[in-house]
Amino acid sequence: MAKMTLEDLRKLREQKKGEMDKRDMEGKDVEIIIGMGTCGIAAGAKECLDAFILEIDKAGLGNVTVKQTGCMGLCYVEPTVEVHVPGMPDTIYGKVDAAVVRQIVEEHLVGKTLVNNHIFDRPAADIIRN
Amino acid sequence: MAVKNYILVCGGTACESSKAEEIYQALIHEAEKQGVARDVQVVKTGCFGFCEKGPIVKVLPEEAFYVTVQPSDAQEIIAETIVKGRMVKRLLYLEEGKKEFDIDDIKFYQKQVRIVLRNCGFIDPENIEEYIARDGYKALEKVLFEMTPEDVVEELKESGLRGRGGAGFPTGLKWNFTKAAHSDQKYVVCNADEGDPGAYMDRSTLEGDPHSVLEAMTIAGYTIGADTGIIYIRAEYPLAIERLKIAMKQSRDLGLLGKDILGSGFDFDIEIRLGAGAFVCGEETALLRSIEGNRGMPTPKPPFPAVEGLWKRPTLINNVETYANIPVIILKGGSWFAGIGTEKSPGTKVFALTGKINNSGLVEVPMGTTLREIVYDIGGGIRNNVPFKAVQTGGPSGGVITKDFLDTPIDFDSLVAIGSMMGSGGMIVMDEDDCIIDVAKFYMDFCVEESCGKCAPCRIGTKKLYNTLDKLSKGKATQADLDNMIVMGEAMKKAALCGLGQTAPNPVLSSMKYFPEDYRAHVEDKRCPAGKCKDLVHYQIDPEKCIGCTVCARKCPVNCISGERKVAHVINQDACVKCGECYSACKFDAITKN
Repeated sequence: MAKMTLEDLRKLREQKKGEMDKRDMEGKDVEIIIGMGTCGIAAGAKECLDAFILEIDKAGLGNVTVKQTGCMGLCYVEPTVEVHVPGMPDTIYGKVDAAVVRQIVEEHLVGKTLVNNHIFDRPAADIIRN
Repeated sequence: MAVKNYILVCGGTACESSKAEEIYQALIHEAEKQGVARDVQVVKTGCFGFCEKGPIVKVLPEEAFYVTVQPSDAQEIIAETIVKGRMVKRLLYLEEGKKEFDIDDIKFYQKQVRIVLRNCGFIDPENIEEYIARDGYKALEKVLFEMTPEDVVEELKESGLRGRGGAGFPTGLKWNFTKAAHSDQKYVVCNADEGDPGAYMDRSTLEGDPHSVLEAMTIAGYTIGADTGIIYIRAEYPLAIERLKIAMKQSRDLGLLGKDILGSGFDFDIEIRLGAGAFVCGEETALLRSIEGNRGMPTPKPPFPAVEGLWKRPTLINNVETYANIPVIILKGGSWFAGIGTEKSPGTKVFALTGKINNSGLVEVPMGTTLREIVYDIGGGIRNNVPFKAVQTGGPSGGVITKDFLDTPIDFDSLVAIGSMMGSGGMIVMDEDDCIIDVAKFYMDFCVEESCGKCAPCRIGTKKLYNTLDKLSKGKATQADLDNMIVMGEAMKKAALCGLGQTAPNPVLSSMKYFPEDYRAHVEDKRCPAGKCKDLVHYQIDPEKCIGCTVCARKCPVNCISGERKVAHVINQDACVKCGECYSACKFDAITKN
């Protein structure tokens, strides 16, 4: 690699920062959990997960973690995605393809409004707790 | 495909020695085999600190914290955590009494504040881009383009940072003295000659985050007006040396070391000098003589290195941990740093916690944390629930801290006040099974070996003290010997030439002060309460309890136990080597130790 100027160094830092931020779990309050059971994967959960990572990168959101989980039980509307945003109700979206992913990122994560037509459930918090 | 998971594998020396490299390779191999190589990035990082449970593997974003991982676990980690997003329960670290894993439950980390170790266990130390992404070389940028050398000194003075090598001299003042010295050539030296038995803070910092030290040394060069830096590191730290060399090469390639750094017109480069592992070379003047190619022996101060150091030129010499603090202080400001820790000792301190402790490892806590928090909250208490006896801080130069001082906030001054010292950060925990005389003898033996022999108080004093301790451990010492040790120790403190000799009597003096009853037992009763001093221990078989099972006789390495089957056995005291094998083998508590 060639010797850097001050500008080069700053550019390199900015470019790599996003990548490193993904490893830092501190202060990340938004969670996306994707149902990756057999039903989910068959219905395209992997593509859905890729789309989330891509869109979150594009939107420059540093406070989001994307995790995977097993089947959520809503196999008829796979792929399913659970979204936790502080100050908003926890939501499960169904039939999430790449286009819906974009919508969720733009409207739910950035715009703080729920994405209609794809809400299928709320996590059963009372059951999960036990 | 985008990377969705990160697997961080600890690459510190402790984990490396328990197959971390194999685990790293196996994870990469398995990821490829299971078709998820592009979904996951496997990173080899620096020390996580939790060496007790190593090798450590952490998976993100799930925050799965896997401990004592084996290479054979790689298949399951990839198949479960990466492919299916499930945690491998049997590898997770579970805090006692917890049923579910939560990374925030791990007590080992709860009270830690990581400034020096900010990147350890997080970045790949062999990749400069990861350091840069974590605001690396941003402090250098700021210094070169926005600050004058005076500004840097002021910032350090405001931070109140004190040298982490042990003596706790204010870093800002040291930099200012070297800056003020006039000369055609000055040097910046990094003391990485970590020598206290049981201490490995500096090694881990260099292994886990070498660039933090390189950046700080460059800042130091700019501040005092030097163009050459030298890292003096002992040859028995091969991994740290290798990572430093890689880091230096990457920095040079990017123009962060060398001529005209970042186009600022400032030149600075660093070289490595290997030490042969002599303890005295951690003393700054001896270290400088060693770099010059002379025998590593201290020279009297003054002149201080700031005035006349390496090759008689003004030299700034700081230890690894001190340097590692500097980039953060420059970026976040001296007042931010001064707000952490105690008023007289701001910031954090890294300790290598070892000995009879459940969670041995590397911990970084704010100054002012109490010993109780370190030993019981972070360290998880004493092994096998044996009562706590003392902690040795400052290695062979320090002293013991007893249970009466468990709640004393730890900083430079409080430790000196109770007869110990901060030292570089080694912390060895002792329990009631440890004999304080045996420990003092160990350290004195170390000092006898490591004394360079230049001045009489140290050369003769350490040997005399050792001989007296040896007499004590054999039950042959008198009260007059004890009084003599104090006289000799006090004389050495005043008359020895360098820190090694001045502090060598500390382990003896402080243990005599805090455990007089142990010394008395050795002198008056010819008895070792902990049962460590072999010459004072006698194993005996209680004929009432012995059922003649022959286990002890079979275990005895010198065949000194005799007796018929089903008849009480007898130990031949003349032949017994006091190894204790019979004592631990007996299932009927028939063997007594006194």
